[in-house]
Amino acid sequence: MTPSDGKIAALYKKVAIVGADESDEIGIVPDKSTLQLHAEAARNALEDAGIALSEVDGIFSAGSAGWSPTLQLAEYLGIQPRYTDSTSVGGSSFVIDVEHAAAAIHAGLINVALITHGESGASGGRRGGSARPALDVQHPSAQFEMPYHVGGAPTHYAMACMRHMHQYGTTHEQLAEIAVATRKWASLNPKAMMRDPLTIDDVLSSRWIAYPFHLLDCCLVTDAGGAVVIVSAARAKDCKKPPVWVLGSGEATTHQTIMNMPDLTTTPAAVSGPRAFAMAGVRHKDIDVVEVYDSFTYTALVTLEALGFCGPGEGGAFVSGQRTAPGGDFPLNTNGGGLSYTHPGMYGMFLLIEATRQLRGECGERQVPNAKLACVNGTGGTLSSTGTLILGAD
Amino acid sequence: MSQDGYRKPVPTPSPESKRYWEGCRNHELWLPFCRDCEAFYFYPRDFCPSCFSWDIEWRKGSGRGRIYTYAIQHRAWHPGWQDEVPYVTALVQLDEGPRLYTNIVGVDPDPAQIDCDMPVEVTFEDITEEISLPKFRLVS
Repeated sequence: MTPSDGKIAALYKKVAIVGADESDEIGIVPDKSTLQLHAEAARNALEDAGIALSEVDGIFSAGSAGWSPTLQLAEYLGIQPRYTDSTSVGGSSFVIDVEHAAAAIHAGLINVALITHGESGASGGRRGGSARPALDVQHPSAQFEMPYHVGGAPTHYAMACMRHMHQYGTTHEQLAEIAVATRKWASLNPKAMMRDPLTIDDVLSSRWIAYPFHLLDCCLVTDAGGAVVIVSAARAKDCKKPPVWVLGSGEATTHQTIMNMPDLTTTPAAVSGPRAFAMAGVRHKDIDVVEVYDSFTYTALVTLEALGFCGPGEGGAFVSGQRTAPGGDFPLNTNGGGLSYTHPGMYGMFLLIEATRQLRGECGERQVPNAKLACVNGTGGTLSSTGTLILGAD
Repeated sequence: MSQDGYRKPVPTPSPESKRYWEGCRNHELWLPFCRDCEAFYFYPRDFCPSCFSWDIEWRKGSGRGRIYTYAIQHRAWHPGWQDEVPYVTALVQLDEGPRLYTNIVGVDPDPAQIDCDMPVEVTFEDITEEISLPKFRLVS
């Protein structure tokens, strides 16, 4: 083991998630600001943990209301934290924040980390202004991509999916399997936005957004907030609920613009995944429940490959036969995912909340029996950045 | 100045990309080349993103390559494309190595007509007095 590996392994089971919750309402919430969504989620997650806001000394936020997310948030909440982290690498940020918080707590810099998110993906545009700072006109993307297309994530993820289909023969039907299975999980989650049953034919007959993606290959666009609270092993003993341990973590980035993505048929989870598994000392077959970012059906499929649950190009066959649905042998995205539960723009926070609830056994109808180990993977940007976590219950 | 009616984003050259856009204006595809790696790279900057060498030069590219991947855009996310959907976005892998983000033109936006790895060649669209955009068409 090299010295750097030793330092990374030092984060094994040093911190736990002790609080997790959404904002009071998620879905279409036009009358609440993004900062209020942050604040409601923060209050709910702290109550879940049994920890007062005054104890929070580290704050983590990727933002969703312009510049300087943690400055905005700390002031809004009325706290003056000694440690802030505004890591903003897309929807993976919140999962990556867990590793950053673990490092800060383990180093003794902070005691209680609060990671929050609030985003008005559905309603923000109607209020005017911009949730994200505009690009400099000389930015590479502004010069070399936007003259050819301006659009949301579907554009670029569709191009990655197309290469995967070409290279491996992945089919529209296989992608649709994920949308259908995920909807079945959503039908068991009262908080999910889309709960009506869905068939493969429904997916295949929905309109094109960006070929090869149909509408129902694409995630929702909603308003939502979420938060988690992370503390040291010692502090975790005095919280309201049993700790959800961070057993392994990994972070990876490969590019920003899709023209510079080294291999369009994988994701940086191929780097962050093995690190997280190695730190946790667990194998794929040990994992009870998997929560991965599903901005598109393809994102979930390629992430399972990149994490090593199946080989490159085998994702289509792997998810066939409703294997990832309730009752299948590979429980995936058990809250209904970004595809059917909620997706305000950056979704990674909600992976953490669902994994925490599953490992606590709080999920009611959708509970995976005896879930003790969860794998979480957030993806951000244009398949640009990932954070992988292995979480465990006692 | 945009031509009348051109409503899509017009690139603003930066100091390190000026040579690229000058080439395009002359309907030539010039690319940055690392003298240490002996390899082309993209997008332009004054050093090589593979080895961080600042010993670079500009070389004229062949303008030929293959479709690495594509997508057919059915939704106009920007008013400039409102009357043009569906249209084709692509990453073209140049014979010189780098990939360009571009549009495939002169072909029906139909997956039966387009495929990954198809050979393509550059064609330039003059969008302003100063800016010509390299786009690609299938080599018949």
